[in-house]
Amino acid sequence: MTFQYAPAPESSAIVNIKSSNGLFINGQFTPGHGTPFKTINPATEEVLAEISQANQEDVDAAVLAARRTYDKTWSKMSGRDRGKYLFRIARLIQERAREFAVLETMDNGKPIKESRDVDIPIAAAHFFYHAGWADKLEFAGFGNNPRSLGVAAQIIPWNFPLLMLAWKIAPALATGNTVVLKPAETTPLTALLFAEICQQADLPPGVVNILTGDGETGRMLVEHPDVNKIAFTGSTAVGQAIQRQIAGSNKRLTLELGGKAANIVFEDAPIDQAVEGIVNGIYFNQGHVCCAGSRLLLQESIAEQTIESLKRRLQTLRLGDPLDKNTDIGAINSREQLNRIIDLTKSGEDEGAQRWSPDCVLPEKGFWFAPTVFTNVTQAHRIAREEIFGPVLSVLTFRTPDEAIEKANNTPYGLSAGIWTEKGSRILAMANKVRAGVVWANTFNRFDPASPFGGYKESGFGREGGVQGLGAYLTSEESS
Amino acid sequence: MIGNDRVEVRKTHKLFVGGAFPRSESGRTYEVVNTQGEFLANVAKASRKDARDAVIAARTGFNAWSKSTAYNRGQVLYRIAEVMEGRKDQFINDIKDAEGISNKKATAQTDQAIDRVVWYAGWADKYAQVLGNTNPVSGPFFNFSIPEPTGVVAAVAPQDSSLLGLISVVAPIVTTGNSVILIASMNSPIPAITLSECLATSDVIAGNINILTGDPAEIMPSLANHGDVNALDLTGITDPELQRELEIEAAGTVKRVRTAPKSPDWYATPSLSRLRAFTEVKTVWHPMGI
Repeated sequence: MTFQYAPAPESSAIVNIKSSNGLFINGQFTPGHGTPFKTINPATEEVLAEISQANQEDVDAAVLAARRTYDKTWSKMSGRDRGKYLFRIARLIQERAREFAVLETMDNGKPIKESRDVDIPIAAAHFFYHAGWADKLEFAGFGNNPRSLGVAAQIIPWNFPLLMLAWKIAPALATGNTVVLKPAETTPLTALLFAEICQQADLPPGVVNILTGDGETGRMLVEHPDVNKIAFTGSTAVGQAIQRQIAGSNKRLTLELGGKAANIVFEDAPIDQAVEGIVNGIYFNQGHVCCAGSRLLLQESIAEQTIESLKRRLQTLRLGDPLDKNTDIGAINSREQLNRIIDLTKSGEDEGAQRWSPDCVLPEKGFWFAPTVFTNVTQAHRIAREEIFGPVLSVLTFRTPDEAIEKANNTPYGLSAGIWTEKGSRILAMANKVRAGVVWANTFNRFDPASPFGGYKESGFGREGGVQGLGAYLTSEESS
Repeated sequence: MIGNDRVEVRKTHKLFVGGAFPRSESGRTYEVVNTQGEFLANVAKASRKDARDAVIAARTGFNAWSKSTAYNRGQVLYRIAEVMEGRKDQFINDIKDAEGISNKKATAQTDQAIDRVVWYAGWADKYAQVLGNTNPVSGPFFNFSIPEPTGVVAAVAPQDSSLLGLISVVAPIVTTGNSVILIASMNSPIPAITLSECLATSDVIAGNINILTGDPAEIMPSLANHGDVNALDLTGITDPELQRELEIEAAGTVKRVRTAPKSPDWYATPSLSRLRAFTEVKTVWHPMGI
């Protein structure tokens, strides 16, 4: 049975996108010196705006602005006053939340219900949470005299543009650092709107600098000699390249990289809830989630029944206009990403896994990919080993808890995991044995500024959020 | 009484891997001298193969050690201090030979080294309470964070503090449940070898602490690019070019790297940073509901 819904699009009239956008350096928008590029709406392929490309000259100017403000103003300001700026920013994001949500959905392709209910509110919450830390750092467990590092270079991905910005900027500022942030090439618009928020908050010029550009801009930023700290979220390959680039420089580094999370469902799990968790785990944000539950491990005895329920549930997902409030699955962020998903799913078929998708009409324009389930997947298949970063689920089975652990940990990644069972002792035992930084038991894909997030193994190091996240931006008097 | 003209029995100095004392598979040794340049001993010169063997031992040791209870880890560490106390005179002599310092200074270093092991023994069942916590998330969830061991750590002991510096590096690594492959000070390895004899009689799980003697510049690259090593402690690496090379190798499997402190004071009370360095914070969520 299919319910018919009338379209319920959120109006895009609330956003005012400038046709041409500069860089945000020292509190001012200034034209970049590289060749500008265009950002498009991935749901329609329409050009949204022209974006400046920061070149070496711009990177130098931004780092210099961040350094000067750090030396003259920000590092000398009391924690109490720094905190008040962060509170202002949190409030301004809340006040302009709808504008941010619409803009995020247009630039990224994610459903408006997600940008409205997840990305933007949690971004505001991150600033609110960290604002309160600014004058309490000596109580955070990093010694009596925790100090800021200096200028932080921050590079973020396109999957949660404003939220990743908040994860980076809020703790950096709360701990007294200044920032040069590079948003992803395909999703720069909410970062530029955030720059306006910095102006409205009267944040001292140079505390936050935003450089738009491609990977080359990121490379120049990472290699800049006056940068003290690098925080990167993105692919493991780029994270490794950064680790190599800064080798020997004594720059501090935190990396939040890829994942291939196991979502483990035991036979005593509440199946209906587990199915909701599986769907949320891999189809939330079109699967563009580093901690996505992309490997479903089902206990053999309930595998068939669970796959059937899952397929039934997937038939009800609505794919289409991301601005429509009823939409569950939005657009893939870029053609490049779409091609990668197509390539990996093809390898799944070639290697012998069984592919299934619900009946689903894809819009003609834009980048789309139907939610996909692969069964008969073995651990050797590429779709069980490589991060697809799309709405593609690989289903494997297990018989015993030990086998589930073996399979869950059989990956170079270690970002997240899911456990579904009604047995409390089993939850704790499994949570203990799985090598991953975030474990969701009988839930999945929950995020909160108070909750540390980050990986084991090749999913990176360092934490974002919580008291542990502050450590990424602090140094303490250390004798040895 | 036996007269002073007795011919002493000298010791062959070997590696400590997997709870045993092998020679280097390469058959190589190098000469260790005191600060006056006088011969002290021929010491095993570990090869890259020895390092790889040590990784296998360390992984086995990790699987057992990381599962032991915090209380048990504390007791094993305390046991190390007990055995070291019994060998105090030997350590003092080793340090005097190695560093050319007075009896008083060598005694002070030994005392501090033993006391530091006791200090970390006491941390074994406490650091998780200090570095972990519950998190007040905005929703009906119980959410907590705990530090877990990173895994196998390859560490280079400081070159100048032959016992205290070495202990200050190795103790925090194993306190938090990791296993370690430790490369001793190249010029002053004998206190480290004496320590390995203490470890062999201290209830330390075989392979949990492995000590290699030799040239860090030769051994470390094969540990830095080893797929089953999780982290590097480069406390004893002061050559910037070697540090750079090792950090580049480390990126291959995204290893955690702790670099050398600028001007270490091994006598000061340590911060928590060494305990924190080789732990991974795990955060667990569960819904609350009836």
